[in-house]
Amino acid sequence: MLLRHTTADVMERSALTINPAKTCQPIGALYAALGVHNCLPHSHGSQGCCAYHRSTLTRHYKEPVMAGSSSFTEGSAVFGGQANLLQAITNMFAMYNPDIIAVHTTCLSETIGDDLVQIISKAREEGKVPPGKHVIHANTPSYIGSHVTGFSNMVKGIVTYLAENSGRKRNQVNIIPGWVEPSDMREVRRLSRAMGVNCNIFPDTSDVMDAPQTGRHEFYPRGGAPIEEIRHSGDSRSTLALGPTASEAAALKLEEKCEVRSEVLELPIGLVATDRFINALRHRSGIRVPGFITDERGRLVDMIADMHQYFYRKRVALFGDPDQLVSLTEFLVTLDMRPVYIVTGTPGKRFETRIREALGDSVPEAQIRQGPQADMFLLHQMIKKEGVDLLIGNTYGKYIARDEDIPFVRFGFPILDRVGHSYFPTVAYMGAMRLAEKILSAVMDRQDRNAPEESFELTM
Amino acid sequence: MKILEERKPQVYRKGTEPLQLDCNKQSVAGSVSQRACVFCGSRVVLYPIADALHLVHGPLGCAAYTWDIRGALSSGPQLHRLSFSTDLREMDVIQGGEKKLAKALCQLIDLHHPKAAFVYSTCIVGVIGDDVEAVCRQVSALKGIPVLPVHSEGFKGTKRDGYRAACEALLQLVGTGSTEGISPVSVNILGDFNLAGEVWIIRDYFEKMGIEVVATITGDGRVDDIRRAHGAALNLVQCSGSMMHLAKQLQEKRGIPFKRVSYFGIEDMAQALYDTAGFFADKSPGIVGRTAALVSQELSTIMPQIAQYRRKLEGRKAAVYVGGAFKAFSLVRALRQLGMDTVMVGSQTGLREDYEELRELCDEGTIIVDDSNPLELSSFLQEKRVDLFIGGVKERPIAYKLGVGFCDHNHERKEPLAGFTGMLNFAREVYNTVASPVWRLTPRGAMRDRS
Repeated sequence: MLLRHTTADVMERSALTINPAKTCQPIGALYAALGVHNCLPHSHGSQGCCAYHRSTLTRHYKEPVMAGSSSFTEGSAVFGGQANLLQAITNMFAMYNPDIIAVHTTCLSETIGDDLVQIISKAREEGKVPPGKHVIHANTPSYIGSHVTGFSNMVKGIVTYLAENSGRKRNQVNIIPGWVEPSDMREVRRLSRAMGVNCNIFPDTSDVMDAPQTGRHEFYPRGGAPIEEIRHSGDSRSTLALGPTASEAAALKLEEKCEVRSEVLELPIGLVATDRFINALRHRSGIRVPGFITDERGRLVDMIADMHQYFYRKRVALFGDPDQLVSLTEFLVTLDMRPVYIVTGTPGKRFETRIREALGDSVPEAQIRQGPQADMFLLHQMIKKEGVDLLIGNTYGKYIARDEDIPFVRFGFPILDRVGHSYFPTVAYMGAMRLAEKILSAVMDRQDRNAPEESFELTM
Repeated sequence: MKILEERKPQVYRKGTEPLQLDCNKQSVAGSVSQRACVFCGSRVVLYPIADALHLVHGPLGCAAYTWDIRGALSSGPQLHRLSFSTDLREMDVIQGGEKKLAKALCQLIDLHHPKAAFVYSTCIVGVIGDDVEAVCRQVSALKGIPVLPVHSEGFKGTKRDGYRAACEALLQLVGTGSTEGISPVSVNILGDFNLAGEVWIIRDYFEKMGIEVVATITGDGRVDDIRRAHGAALNLVQCSGSMMHLAKQLQEKRGIPFKRVSYFGIEDMAQALYDTAGFFADKSPGIVGRTAALVSQELSTIMPQIAQYRRKLEGRKAAVYVGGAFKAFSLVRALRQLGMDTVMVGSQTGLREDYEELRELCDEGTIIVDDSNPLELSSFLQEKRVDLFIGGVKERPIAYKLGVGFCDHNHERKEPLAGFTGMLNFAREVYNTVASPVWRLTPRGAMRDRS
C-alpha cells in the first residue's frame, strides 16, 4: 500500500499540501506559448523551472519541448534579472531564430521585482529584437493561482501584445480553446469549419505537440497559430472562449482592447456542453447543423442508451482542473452517474457555483473541494470515508486507484503513463463517445474481474 | 549548424588539437539547456532515503515536479514517494513562511513518524529570507528527530552545487548513530540510487564476497544506516559528481578512505569488485579468491548471450549525453564491449578532468560536449549517423523524431543496468531499440534499406 499513511479522519492542515492536485503557473504559460507558430517560450528564472516544465510536458506528450531559460545566478537574484533576459533575447534570436519569444516569469523573478515591460522595451530600444520579430510576456508568479492561471495569463498576454483592431472587420470568429489537448484543438477546428464558421483559433498546439515522425527534429514544428492571424483576432466579429478559467481573461482583453464581443462557454466536453458549443457556432454562421454532426450526436446518444444500465447511479470521484471538472461533472450527470467528490487544487471564484449548476439537483451529497489543501491526500481521505465506483483524473490518481482498488479513467493533465490523449479528442460528440467508452471499459472490466464463475457473463 | 559563439568553447572534436573544453560554468542565458538547478541536484540525491520526510519549502511547483519521478526503489517504507509542500502563497511571500514551515513539519512528523526530515529551500526562500535553520532546530528539539535544512535555492549555482548541499545535509546525519558490531570488512555504497533495484544487485555481490554493507547512500537508503555509516572501513563512490564531497569529508573528518568505482559494464564492474577485495585482502583471507570466483561465475552466465548481441551490434554508432561525466566513461567502455563506437559524448555537469579522461578514452573524431542543447544534439546525431542515443527524459523524443534508437540511462530506466546482470539487460535493451522494426518505417530507415 503505497499510500498506507492516509488516514480516514480529516485533520486541519492549513500549512501543508500533500500530493497536490495542481502545479504552478509557469508550465501553463509555457504550454500556451507552444500554441503560437515559431514561438520559443522562455522562462525568466532559475534553470530548474524550465527543465521541470519541459520534462513534464515531454512525459505527457512524448514530444521534444523547446524553451529557453534566463539561468538566474545569485547575482541576478540580488541585482535583478534584466541583464540575463537581455542576453537571453539576443542569444535566442541569434541561435534559434524564432518569430516570437514568449517570456513568462517565475516566483523568483516576481519576488525580486523584475519589470518585464521595461526590460522588453529596453531590448527593443537596444535593437536586440530584430525587425518583424516579437517579444511578449506574461506575469506568472508560482505562489498565485495554479498552472491553469499561468495558461490563462499567457493567452491574455498573447492578445495584449499581438491583437490589433485595424478598423476593418473580418468575417471570422476567434476561438480560444482553453487548456485542452492538441487533439481537442484539431477537433474544435474541424467542427467549426463544418459549421461554416471561419475560425481563428489560438493558441493551437495541434501539429506541435502531436507532430508526426518525419525523420527530422523540427525545432519549431509545423503547427501553432500564426502571429498574423492572432493580430487579426482584433478584427474578428466575435470571440468564443471555451472554459472560463483558462480562456475568459483573454476574451475580455480582446473585448477591451479591440472591441470584439465575446461569449464564454464551458468546455465542450460531454453531450450537453457540446450542444451549446454547436449552437453558439450555428448562431454565428447562420447555417443548419450538417447531417454528419447530427449523426455524431445521434451515435453518442445511441451508445449511452445501449449501455445506460452500466452507468446507472455509479459513484464517481474526480479531480483536476476547474474547466474540465465542470463539463465532466455535467456529462457524468447526463450518463446518470453520481459525481460525489470533486476536487481541484486551482483556486478561483465561481468554481463551486459552476459545479452546482452542472450537478443540478441530481447529486445533493456531492462534496466539492478547492484550493491549496484540496489535494490528493484529502481526496483519498474522502474515498476512505465512503468509497466510490470510479475515479477520474490525471496519472497521479493511480496511487489511490491501486490502494483502494477502484476502476480508474485517466483524464486531464498530466498523463505520464498512457498515450492517446494527444491523438484522440475528448471534446465534442466523438470525444464524449471516447470518454463514455473509457468509463464503460473500466467499469465493465472490473465487473468481469470480480464476477463469480457462475455469473461471469459472455454478453454484456 | 550554427553554434553560438559563447558555446564554442564547450564543444570539442577529438583530433590533433589538445582538449580546450570550458566547463563547470553557468549556462548561457537563453540557451535551451538540458540542465536543471541546485534544488534538482539536492532533491535527486536525497530523494531515495525512504524513511525520511522530504518537505519542499516554497510554492507548490517544485514539489509537484519532483513527486515520485525517480525510479529509486525501496525495499520497505515508501514515504519518499509522496509529495509534501508548504505551498507558499502570496501572503506568505510578503509575511515570511517560517510559521507555515514549522506547522507543516510538526503535522507531517506527527502523521508519518519519519526517522528524519529534510527541508528543501527553493528559490523564493532564499529571497524572502526565512530562517530555515532556526525552524529546523526548533522542530528537531520539539519532536526528537533530526530535521535537516537543505540549502538548495535554485539560483545559487548549478545542479552540482545541489549535490554538495545534499552531502552537507547527509554529513549532519553521519556519525550520530552507534557503530557497535560493524565488521572491519565493511563498506558504504555511495552514489547508487537503486534505480530499478540496482543497489540490491551490487549489495548482493559484496555480501557474497563477505563484506558487510553498512549504508547505501542513498539508494534504498535508511536514516539509521546513514547515522552509523562512519563505522564502515571503506567508502565506494559511484556517480562521483554527487557523492565525492561526502566521501572526501568522511576521509578528512573520520579517516575513512574511499575508492571511485562504477558498476556499469563488465570491465568496470569487475574492477570495482577486485579493487574492493584488494583493499580488504589483509583483513579477510580468501576474499580475492572469492571475488574471482564470483566474477567468473557471473561472466559465464552472461557472456554467451552478450556475444550474441555483440555480433548483431558490431560497428553500430552510439551517442551519449548524460548528467554526470563519470557515467559516460563506463558507457563508452560498455558500448565498446558490445562492439559499438561512441561518436558523440557529453554531460551536463562534467569537470575538466572528466573531459580529459573522456578524450583519452574516445576514438579520433568523437565529439565531446559540455552542457549541450537540443539543436546541437540533434545536429550531432545526424552528422554522425548514429544508431543509438543514450540520455534522459528530454533527450528521448529527439532521438525518436530522428528515427534513432534510445536507451534511458537516467531516472526512467525500467531494468537494472548495473552489475553483470545489468550489462546483459543493457545489451538486450540496446539491441531491442537499435534493431526495432519501427525505424525501417521512418525516412532514415527507408534510406538505409535502399542503400
